[in-house]
Amino acid sequence: MAKMRMNQAIAAAIADEMRADPDVVMFGEDIAVAEGTFKTSAGLLDEFGASRVRDTPISEMGFLGAGVGAAATGLRPIVEIMFVEFLGVAIDQLSTEAAKFHYLSAGQVKVPLTVRASVGAGLGFGSQHSQTLESWLFATPGLKVVVPSGPQSAYGLLRSAIRDDNPTVCLEPRALYAGRAEVATGDDALIPLGKAATKAEGDDVTVVSLGAMVGNALDAVARDAGWTADVIDLQTLIPYDKEMLIDSVRKTGRLVTVEENPLTGGWGGEIVSFLTGEVFSDLKAPPLRITCPDVPVPFGKELEQRYLPNADYVADQISELIETSSLPRHWWEKAEVGQ
Amino acid sequence: MTDALERREKLQADRLVQYETMVEIRAFEDRVKEIFFEGLVHGTTHTCQGQEAVAVGIAAAARPTDTVTCTYRGHGVALALGLTPESILGEIRGRQMGSVGGVGGSMHLCDMSVGLLPTFAIVGAGIPVAAGAALTAQVRGTDDAAIAVFGDGASNIGAFHEGINLAAIWKLPVVFICENNQYGEYSRIDLTTPIENIADRAVGYGIPGVVVDGQDVDAVTRAVGEALDRARSGDGPSLLELKTYRYAGHSRADTAPYRPEGEFEEWFERDPINSFRARLIQEGGLTEDGAAEIDERVKARIAAAEATVEDATGATVDDMFRNIYAPTS
Repeated sequence: MAKMRMNQAIAAAIADEMRADPDVVMFGEDIAVAEGTFKTSAGLLDEFGASRVRDTPISEMGFLGAGVGAAATGLRPIVEIMFVEFLGVAIDQLSTEAAKFHYLSAGQVKVPLTVRASVGAGLGFGSQHSQTLESWLFATPGLKVVVPSGPQSAYGLLRSAIRDDNPTVCLEPRALYAGRAEVATGDDALIPLGKAATKAEGDDVTVVSLGAMVGNALDAVARDAGWTADVIDLQTLIPYDKEMLIDSVRKTGRLVTVEENPLTGGWGGEIVSFLTGEVFSDLKAPPLRITCPDVPVPFGKELEQRYLPNADYVADQISELIETSSLPRHWWEKAEVGQ
Repeated sequence: MTDALERREKLQADRLVQYETMVEIRAFEDRVKEIFFEGLVHGTTHTCQGQEAVAVGIAAAARPTDTVTCTYRGHGVALALGLTPESILGEIRGRQMGSVGGVGGSMHLCDMSVGLLPTFAIVGAGIPVAAGAALTAQVRGTDDAAIAVFGDGASNIGAFHEGINLAAIWKLPVVFICENNQYGEYSRIDLTTPIENIADRAVGYGIPGVVVDGQDVDAVTRAVGEALDRARSGDGPSLLELKTYRYAGHSRADTAPYRPEGEFEEWFERDPINSFRARLIQEGGLTEDGAAEIDERVKARIAAAEATVEDATGATVDDMFRNIYAPTS
């Protein structure tokens, strides 16, 4: 065990996989000499050399496409997209090429490509550099998507993503890069894809969360508001861990998602839809989604913090759900907002 | 050895097989158009009559271990690389014995035994992917190369610029082949592209740009071979522009009414199959009778392929659920 920031855990995971397999290579904008805008590739160029660790021009479609071609012919590339929004100019290569190659080759071609991208609000980067954008990837069979919630899951999920024979996207909450925690490394620390983790156990409600919102959910539960909760960190968004969710909601009878994304089209809609069908008769209250409002991420510290569902808000919403057995209104639906 | 690899090796060893493959491509595409009008083809299809020398020249020059990315107008390149008429027609008809099991259709062919990645139905998408395949060769230190085959229309999309630029700065062993058939879908090249030679764009990447007569199979083989030699020796990518002509419309029922009068006739005077036949006869490697025999043999082969495909099983609902995710070993 060693104390690491999340960006250090990411660099450690990449280094461990590069040591284990000479086919693992990495490229992206300023990831080699500069060691990454968020220092997620510190030390890699020195240890593995300029053939395997490469800076690219600012051209996401070009270098993501090169990652697809390299993966399809035998390498295991890790491609860094500095901010997930930059995927917008390259998404054809991920959703329409990489995710289809295995299908459109009758299984002849595998695409063991890992795409890493920083995501999320909280650091004042403004509307074009603060989204999470899971929804861009959510409806694409053939892709896998993982989202770490801290240094340990960043290490374990990323190593499994690199080893996976399918195109896998690792969405890294940018606000968590600097957070420190004890991290177990080594092969035992790999986290299997498709498995969620129970971060807290309780009886009254199942709180499903992802990425940076896992911490907010745990803080909310720690408020000791008269109820206890299972807090589930999905870890893998596609394919998500249906069994763990079913078991938990059967036990608690209440379902809440905590999401860092606009309400409309967020991943929680799919989780709620699925679980409502599976455990309808066990539900004691309507499923509640706690999300951001349907607005672009605002700039400015106060507005940006207001945009995100913080722990107090999450706790209040859950308390109201449990007390009334009906859906509390979202904060922006209250009369004084937006008038 | 796969059927495709066996066909490919024969093509590379023998110019008469190259000629026969050009005849085969023409006959195959003519039949595809006919069976489309007979209602036997679901969806759409894009044929490449007139561009046979491009396909065969590339296949003659490249090694089966080289990786090729190709467009949705890919029947000809696929046949030349080695895919059998059965596997392509089977795919066009949605049969299990098709190139990718019948779930792909006309635009999606693949056979990795001859280096053909799944053909691309997104214009330009194969360009950076070919750069990536070349990266694999470079990182592993093999002397394999990659080839991106794309149309003139693709030279205006961002993937062209980004893919070639990346390959140039990394000196990747890849050859970019623009198959300039004069039309991007329904639009003439001069309406969409402000320069006469797409090869001129190579200057912007500091790599060689070469205009090649795409109707002369020997010229194509030679130019692609030289560019591949350069790539394999570590000198980086090249951009070749193969000037050719699309006899058919863009797809399906398009009769190309937008084509100026006389243009097709002008190009047909330099028909790649007629020209190559005349050259082979002049060289003494082929006789008129021999050419007629080839025509008959090809006709029979395609008829046999049609019969095989007609009786073959269609892709099933179970097939729809296969190969979504690769099992990780």
